[in-house]
Amino acid sequence: MMKDWKDMYVQSDADMAEGPQLFYNAIVLKHFVDPKNVGEMDADEADGYALVGDPVCGDQMKLWIKVENDIITDIKFKSFGCPGAIATSSMATELARGKSIQDAAEITDDDVIEALGGIPEQKKHCSLLGINALQNAIHDYLLKKMEFEAQTDDEDDLP
Amino acid sequence: MIYLDHNATTPVANEVIEAMNIALRKHFGNPSSFYNIARQARSILEISRRRVAESIGAEPEELIFTSGGSESDNMALRGVAGALKQKGRHIITTSIEHHAILKTCKDLEKDGYKVSYLPVDSNCRVDPMQVEKSITSGTILISVMCANNETGVIQPLEQIGTIARNHGIVFHTDAVQAIGKIPFDVNDLRVDLVSISGHKIYGPKGVGALYIRRGTPICPTITGGSQENGMRAGTENIPAIVGFAEAASLAASTLDEHARKTAELRDFLEAEIFKRLDAVSLNGGAAERLPNTTNICFEGIDGESILLYLDLMGICASSGSACSTGSAEPSHVLMAMDIDPRTAQGSIRFSLGKDNTKQEMGATLDALAKIVPKLRAISSL
Repeated sequence: MMKDWKDMYVQSDADMAEGPQLFYNAIVLKHFVDPKNVGEMDADEADGYALVGDPVCGDQMKLWIKVENDIITDIKFKSFGCPGAIATSSMATELARGKSIQDAAEITDDDVIEALGGIPEQKKHCSLLGINALQNAIHDYLLKKMEFEAQTDDEDDLP
Repeated sequence: MIYLDHNATTPVANEVIEAMNIALRKHFGNPSSFYNIARQARSILEISRRRVAESIGAEPEELIFTSGGSESDNMALRGVAGALKQKGRHIITTSIEHHAILKTCKDLEKDGYKVSYLPVDSNCRVDPMQVEKSITSGTILISVMCANNETGVIQPLEQIGTIARNHGIVFHTDAVQAIGKIPFDVNDLRVDLVSISGHKIYGPKGVGALYIRRGTPICPTITGGSQENGMRAGTENIPAIVGFAEAASLAASTLDEHARKTAELRDFLEAEIFKRLDAVSLNGGAAERLPNTTNICFEGIDGESILLYLDLMGICASSGSACSTGSAEPSHVLMAMDIDPRTAQGSIRFSLGKDNTKQEMGATLDALAKIVPKLRAISSL
């Protein structure tokens, strides 16, 4: 009996030496240390843009999308935030890249968390930031598209 | 592993482990019992009390052993509030106290006590004049921490102690972070009650003490047996108390050496961070601080992100930033200093200890020189 406990103490010692896996899993850590799609786009290059903030913890995020034939062909983000915010933003952009606007608009924060293999409970609100930014950027794209179509419609009406 | 979080806790000193080992093996007797082994346990309990008392210039009978800093804080506040409730119901404290003080005060407010939470200046200092101005005819207790745990800023206790004494008000200080790092003597500071913790001074966790100046009105909060002069019921935790006494003795005898050494390393770390990185600032840097503590803001990045990188590189530090502990609020200390929330979010505390080396500072600097630019490249600010 005593021996088992002793083994457990030694075991936990070894676990801790490798890092904070108990808190963030390996996939989350990978997206934190090596986030995908980090960067910016110029205004004329991006078809949709969003700036969102998390009023709860002060995190902030910018996200740009490039759209061709209703497909997100490129996506970039920058984030001032905790590891949870960086990793979930990275995963959100990975999930959205290559998807149609319609499919990308349906990605939820739960999809991001599932793709990451879970994140700590108190970090779940972080995953909303990336999703909000994605949805706002898609909204921005759709608005611009409508404006553009309205303009070209007007031009078509010219004699 | 590079451990730079000594304000959170410290490794247990070898001398302490040896002392505790003897206590655990030999002195299992209950100090309240009658026979020989009980008398032995009582004897080492009283030797330990004398050792801790000596380390802060107190008399042994003025010292009550507790389970640690939080219990000592609770005992001081609730004990004085209870003893003096007929005299008045006003308590003065500060907005930068440890939660053991702040939450206990909030609790006392529910019982009808009024609490003044004094602000601090941008360098984390309480103004003694403001303490004096806040005193009313119903003020029964003033509680101001000796040094702040997040910034290391040392408070003007001597002046506040004089004010408290002139007005005949009981004065408590939470000295958990200060003892073992700066000279501390209960008579120089004119304090009536002092909270002390074992595990911040290379002692074991779960043990601490409350210094109670003779004649201070206070009632017990843990009732039962008559241990600790009737002030704290419960069979004394002899092994922890023996370890604590060893740690307190060691801390007092090595104070100057450790203070000089940690200050040197801390100053080196700060100076090099400022040399190697831009957009960094020091929180509370203009005030007198503990020799081992530095609280640095790395603008444009989140503190927890820095901490996680450091952790992955085997370096332990801590932050007062929003998300680090899962709480949504930024550090109440940095907020009280009127620091911008985003600046607070990018702040990291390094608290050094007696065994840190210059080589470790170098490794930490190299790590920061990699991490900070990398996170800034991701930052949207």
